Amino acid sequence: MKQRRKERIDRGIKARSDDVFSLNSFREMLYVAVPPIAPVLLLIILPLVLPSYWQKVLISTCIFALLAMSWDFLVCVGMVSLGQALFFGVGAYVAGILNKLVGLPIWVDIPIATVLGGAICAVLLTPVLRLRGVYFSMVTLVLPLMLERIVEASGMFGGTEGISGIKPFPNPLVESYVIVFITLFALFAFRRLVTTDYGLVLKAIKDNDRAVMSVGINIYWMKAQALFIAGCVGAFCGAFMTHVYGFVGMPSFALDFSILPLSAAVVGGMGTFAGSFVGAFILVPFSEALRGIGGLRIVLYSFFLVLFIVALPEGIFHYIQRKYQQFERWVEVDK
Amino acid sequence: MGRMDQNNSANFILRISNLSKSFGGVKAVVGVGFNLREGELLGIIGPNGSGKTTLVNLITGFLKPDSGKIEYKGQDITGLAPYRIARLGIARTFQMIRPFAELPSFKNLIIPLYSPRVKGLSGGKYGDLDSVAKDYLEEVGFERESSVTYKQAGSLPHGYLKRLELAKCLALRADLIILDELFSGLSIAELASIVPIIEKLVSEGKTVIMIEHRLRELFRIADRVVVLNYGSVIADGIPSEVMEKNEVRKAYLGSE
Repeated sequence: MKQRRKERIDRGIKARSDDVFSLNSFREMLYVAVPPIAPVLLLIILPLVLPSYWQKVLISTCIFALLAMSWDFLVCVGMVSLGQALFFGVGAYVAGILNKLVGLPIWVDIPIATVLGGAICAVLLTPVLRLRGVYFSMVTLVLPLMLERIVEASGMFGGTEGISGIKPFPNPLVESYVIVFITLFALFAFRRLVTTDYGLVLKAIKDNDRAVMSVGINIYWMKAQALFIAGCVGAFCGAFMTHVYGFVGMPSFALDFSILPLSAAVVGGMGTFAGSFVGAFILVPFSEALRGIGGLRIVLYSFFLVLFIVALPEGIFHYIQRKYQQFERWVEVDK
Repeated sequence: MGRMDQNNSANFILRISNLSKSFGGVKAVVGVGFNLREGELLGIIGPNGSGKTTLVNLITGFLKPDSGKIEYKGQDITGLAPYRIARLGIARTFQMIRPFAELPSFKNLIIPLYSPRVKGLSGGKYGDLDSVAKDYLEEVGFERESSVTYKQAGSLPHGYLKRLELAKCLALRADLIILDELFSGLSIAELASIVPIIEKLVSEGKTVIMIEHRLRELFRIADRVVVLNYGSVIADGIPSEVMEKNEVRKAYLGSE
């Protein structure tokens, strides 16, 4: 006698650990392959079909996704940064200076700004690596504001005027695809990095830094490396946007670049990087779409932010992931 | 006490002299000194607040002493950073056990295996750290492919957490292992399985310091015991002799 019952799809597929699968059919392969491939296809197609205004939105979405991932990465190591604007601003200024004042071409100045910016940020934050928790956060919050005032007071790099006339990308499609590919690369690279042995050590520092020290690992050196990695990602964002705006100035250190990525990561779900990605792709276009309603925009935006955080404290991505893993199908069984 | 055999100093793996540390007005460790032979199992006992854990923190660099000197294998390690001391081969467990809670048990051992010390000892290449990690877990009584090996360390039962701590010391391939209240909270059965692991360590020539409150179990395996009270050494000798001393009885039982 045949009977029908429900069965979890992921049951025959998962073999003990998260990254070992046993696939027996095309359908099971799709179940595993669709989640990572879908965002890739989506991002590759989007620049071709979006109107030019929404292409700009796509760019700033990717920028906030990158900043959110960089924030999320630091959280993995136990450093809660409130100053992603530091990374963004430093990258923006380095790229602007290299392009305008030194005269380097765009394909040279962005990579240099990425690496050099990351290094500058890591060095700036090195003295406070020993601070934990909220004390570290306070310093990261203050640093970009301080740099902003230094630029203003000293009149360096154009002072309040900033540097304008920075060369743009050759065409909008190149611009979009550069940021799309870097975002996808960062997403998969970060997800990979935290599962390597190196990544495990970084995560362990967050869990119990004294235990990591007691096995002979210099946690301050490890944290500096993590800051460099996160700093590079943030500095790239700054460098990229400098060329999009054709301008760099004090707004590069604005609080937006610190707070928005943070809310994207929290709304999307922390610790997965995909959460940051999902969060940014919900919040940024949403905020743009609200522009039409004028003054009430921020109110509505904040309302939804609170709603997300209260209703889904684990984050949207964790929720979707859980539901996806609980997918069931009907199967026939012999009774 | 070990002062007369100065010329035998090559045998001492650890020499502590006149070590002091105070927190504000509280003198936690006062002029502590003792030497430790290679391969010895030393117990450090004393009432609560007598400075045992402070002493461990001083030796392992988590605290810097106000005065005094610590020599390890003839090298002055006073005030070195904890990670430098660990790289020289001093491993420790913590009284408050906090594993890397989000990682599976065997992944907890990746951290010590990633240490520059282990990389140096194994000539840079270690191959698949996961399987080496499971080897060490097996050594402390985890079954290789059982669920405890894969379980998140944060949800392990107390007995397994203690073994995991011990496995971290083994994985570091330390020469001097300091166990801070390893026995506390373990059942008789759990003790019976963990004591042979420590005995095996000593038979392999490792030096072990055990901070303990469970004296009966400690005295069965310790070669020597140092008794601390109010931060000072009040006795130092073989277990049976030490417990005969009046000061020790007073410290433990109160004066009558």
